[in-house]
Amino acid sequence: MSFIQIRDVSYTYPNGFMAVKRVSTNIEKGEKLAIVGQNGAGKTTTVKMMNGLLRPSKGDIFIDGLNTKGYTTAQISKRVGYVFQNPDDQIFHSDVYSEIAYGPKKKGLSEEEISNRVEKVAKLAGIDRYLDENPYNLPFSTRKFVTIACVLAMDVDVVILDEPTAGQDYVGMAQITKLINYLQKNNKTVITITHDMEFVVNNFERVIVMANKQIIADKNKRDVFWDFNVIEQSSIKQPYISELANSMSFESKILTIDEFVNYLFNSKKKV
Amino acid sequence: MVLIQARNITYKYPINDGQSALKNVNFTIEEGGFYAIIGKSAAGKTTLCNVIRGFIPHFHRGDLQGELIVEGKDIREWEMDELAKKIGFIFQNPFTQISGVKDTVFDEIAYGLENLGVEVSEIKARVKQIINLLGIEHLQDKNPYELSGGQKQRVAFAAVIVMDPDILVIDEPTSQLDPKGTKDIFEIIKLLKERGKTIILVEHKIELIAENADYVYVMHEGEIVHGGKMEHVFSDPKVLEYEAGLPQYALLGIEVQKRNPSFSRIPINKSQAEKELKKWMEKQEVY
Ligand SMILES: Nc1ncnc2c1ncn2[C@@H]1O[C@H](COP(=O)(O)OP(=O)(O)OP(=O)(O)O)[C@@H](O)[C@H]1O
Ligand SMILES: [Mg+2]
Repeated sequence: MSFIQIRDVSYTYPNGFMAVKRVSTNIEKGEKLAIVGQNGAGKTTTVKMMNGLLRPSKGDIFIDGLNTKGYTTAQISKRVGYVFQNPDDQIFHSDVYSEIAYGPKKKGLSEEEISNRVEKVAKLAGIDRYLDENPYNLPFSTRKFVTIACVLAMDVDVVILDEPTAGQDYVGMAQITKLINYLQKNNKTVITITHDMEFVVNNFERVIVMANKQIIADKNKRDVFWDFNVIEQSSIKQPYISELANSMSFESKILTIDEFVNYLFNSKKKV
Repeated sequence: MVLIQARNITYKYPINDGQSALKNVNFTIEEGGFYAIIGKSAAGKTTLCNVIRGFIPHFHRGDLQGELIVEGKDIREWEMDELAKKIGFIFQNPFTQISGVKDTVFDEIAYGLENLGVEVSEIKARVKQIINLLGIEHLQDKNPYELSGGQKQRVAFAAVIVMDPDILVIDEPTSQLDPKGTKDIFEIIKLLKERGKTIILVEHKIELIAENADYVYVMHEGEIVHGGKMEHVFSDPKVLEYEAGLPQYALLGIEVQKRNPSFSRIPINKSQAEKELKKWMEKQEVY
């Protein structure tokens, strides 16, 4: 049985708007995957249901065999951590240390355990030098790392990152890659929503594509990024390098610079 | 015509430990140009934007030295409401740009014009026009708080350009947008430029800058370390040292060159990449 099972789930907001319609998928323990797709497709709504922030209007979600219906949001969030798309929805304390310590404190850890854990996850998130700062004095992209650290501090089984790449530079991207690898090594499940196609290529194999309230594709990245129907329907794009390979009529479904260069030089040898 | 001129700007935030957020910054903005500011996070890009729109020194304390001249007048002498009419500012974080006092997206976009006392019929016409331009008709009756991240960012963008300012300072306008939405916003920025607007854009999406901007300034640790015509800046591998990133096409070109030095010209955008690669392939008599 899969670790996360989403069975025919729909969600209608209190104002009557249906944002997610009959979505089903399974996700394994220790798996990592990306969710991509057009603005307003229902990505955030879907993942918020996985950690109990929103409850399915129809259908069921099972985590580790347990139907989330029978549990409070506080209980679910001990297993499934969600990093908000907007960090300011998540930040409540006036210094970074207390912000990160909040979760472990509620778990009832000792002062020493808490401080060890805060130090460790702050380092992982690359924000250890900001522990005394007020989060609101930090740039948006750094605040995002504060909220990531908060979820890491909870030591959950499933980590959901809602657009961690938004507004990140080169260095921030590398930090996120490092984090995802670390989580995977520790057998955590990592679900990442992103609009950055290069980031998807560099970090994931499995890609779920959402458009208009539904999952329209759930397959390997190469099959997603060379499926022009899926791309068109979901307002995503091919990676830049694939676009170039496509318009130069290369006979290979290229995704990366390395693949492009290899193709170029190997076809040279053939002659 | 020179619109904005910065001379030796140095700025220190009141809270910071003696570090200057901007160090000896000099630049010139010509009317009608499309300028991109790149550089890694915390390099000083947003701080620089805040000086250009007068928030520093008018609202933030701290120590500002040097001069910033907008249309011949120092930023310190501008009245903020006059400056706000001239310079439209789009925040990096769309979540903070929503006013919180309006119940629909339509009214949210109209809010700024209302405050200026523009006539109701004109407001309606202008808001409709912007809604069409951005393709957000389906959102106009929604509550601004009941939108997805990308939808909010489109609304924030609309609410500023509806004011029709001469200068647009735009801080990462596409951070929450899907790839198609991102492309659309760049099309709109180009259109605004064609209408004579001056554009100052902070953006990490290097490939789109390389397709669209006229000039690029590279910031690093509070300084402008590189600047000039976009083509010159991006074909200089030195930019990599500042961790500001290079377009995928340039990175590809550098890799090809490593394997075969006869590939001499590093492309910065797709059409150049295609042209250079084809030319080179023919010379190699490969295909
Ligand atoms: N609180 C809310 N009340 C009513 N409708 C909402 C609410 N939040 C979001 N919606 C609507 O639900 C739909 C899905 O929103 P969601 O935030 O899940 O999209 P998303 O795929 O995460 O988009 P983005 O890429 O822009 O973040 C959108 O049409 C949005 O307008
Ligand atoms: Mg979202």
